Amino acid sequence: MTALLHVTGLSKRFRGLTAVAHVTFSVRAGHIHGLIGPNGAGKTTVFNLISGVLPPDDGEIAVDGRSVTRLPVHARAGLGLARTFQNIRLFDGMTVLENVATGAHARLTATLMQCLFRTPAWRAEERRLREQSLELLEVVGLRDRADLPAGDLSYGEQRRLEIARGLASAPRLLLLDEPAAGMNPHETEALARLLGRVRDRGVTLLLVEHDMGFVMKLCDWITVLNFGRCIAEGPPAEIRRDPVVIEAYLGAKGAARLACGESSL
Amino acid sequence: MPWLDDILWTYQTLIHSLGINGLLALSMYVVLAAGQLSLGQAAFMGLGAYTGALLSLHTGLPFALVLAASALAPAVVAAVIGIPTLRLTGVYLAIATIGLGEVLRVVYVNAGITGGALGLNGIPGRTETWMIFLALGLALAGAFAVGQSRIGRAMEAMRSDGIAAAVMGIDRAAGQLAALLVSAMLAGLAGCFSAHSASFIGPNDYAFETAVTILSFAILGGTGSPLGPVVGALVLTALPEVLRPLQDFRLVFNGLIIVLVVLFLPRGVVPWRMPRLGRLPRGMAP
Repeated sequence: MTALLHVTGLSKRFRGLTAVAHVTFSVRAGHIHGLIGPNGAGKTTVFNLISGVLPPDDGEIAVDGRSVTRLPVHARAGLGLARTFQNIRLFDGMTVLENVATGAHARLTATLMQCLFRTPAWRAEERRLREQSLELLEVVGLRDRADLPAGDLSYGEQRRLEIARGLASAPRLLLLDEPAAGMNPHETEALARLLGRVRDRGVTLLLVEHDMGFVMKLCDWITVLNFGRCIAEGPPAEIRRDPVVIEAYLGAKGAARLACGESSL
Repeated sequence: MPWLDDILWTYQTLIHSLGINGLLALSMYVVLAAGQLSLGQAAFMGLGAYTGALLSLHTGLPFALVLAASALAPAVVAAVIGIPTLRLTGVYLAIATIGLGEVLRVVYVNAGITGGALGLNGIPGRTETWMIFLALGLALAGAFAVGQSRIGRAMEAMRSDGIAAAVMGIDRAAGQLAALLVSAMLAGLAGCFSAHSASFIGPNDYAFETAVTILSFAILGGTGSPLGPVVGALVLTALPEVLRPLQDFRLVFNGLIIVLVVLFLPRGVVPWRMPRLGRLPRGMAP
């Protein structure tokens, strides 16, 4: 079994609304896995359940065979889980570099006493952290922004900083919530290359995204949600031809247009 | 240098107050830096003062142990009110700590051992100027060292965005509780110094008004670094003395200065923000 993330029968209700209903899927190690679906399909709720920001009503979440369902949010980072947010949540007052360094919190080992007395071990860890953080900024193309307040970055830059911050903990699985939102085509293309490089570093990616060209080109495997349910699963080539998916996404009219060869999926 | 001794003797109360208020300001900073608002710093200070005074009056403990006990007592109380309130966000801790101050005031007034409304008299003057400033210096150095480490970054992260911080692996509840405990210890220490400097303490010394004064140290000084609140405390403590020639108008000017700073220097008189990761070595700057 090579599933890094295993989600079984996941359900979440908000009062009367069932946001996620019995969702089951697996993310294989080394894959870029897309989670797609129309607005309100429950994609972000699934992310919130996996990262622990919301507690599920039902279901199981396992990372590398270990159940994390009942672990508090902060305990999941140590198991190799990291995420970005759809509505960017950077630490605005901190510099770009400090944001990345904060992302590494879970894998740092300095104790209070080591910090207080600035021991050689602490110094060495902080020096390595600075180098690694700068390297990550290099990867996402923000090296020259390192000392700016994070709040001063442009929208696209903030998205890339979120990715760098997510990578700082050296996660095995990075959840990306609409990483290309608000980016122009040029930036989106650069992001696709960036995510390819991230996967090549050994990080498995699960991403929610609305840009279908981006998803179809980048993902190895796709899970489709609609109204909180899993309606299809497979490689991009299958998904883009799946009539259930096309209808969920584009409605009957769009499906007809697609049939005429005007593919937008 | 006899003239220096003269100054120190004449202004001893003021000099002690400068250091003690600096410690109180730091205790406020530690809570604010972790993203919580406490209005219990005066209550923690009062617990330290009463603990220290009672130990000095009734036991022969050395002053170092009295100080330690005065720091621990408020920390225990902080844990008791902190654990249930820190799971909540927003103003719950502020409200709980206001309540704590009032409860303690009533206890001091009614309990026999605390001297009732008259307070405690004849507390030995065991506080030396160097002790206060040594404690302040060590606390300030500690705040800088911790503030520039992963712990400082975690604290700013939980203040800035609790959910994002939790996703980074930061345990917000534990971090904020720890900050509250450290803050209570600093305030207790300040209270013990002040009781052994003033020789008299009363139940109304640690009421809501004092809590607001301590908060205003931090607001005036700014919370970008531990230095800000300490400078704020020095300014607000020295100001009434500096404004003495204005006689009856000095409180008006005192208030006016605070209002002007809040209006025109929203980040305080020390707007400098402490970096959270060691500086770039020379030549490595991008």
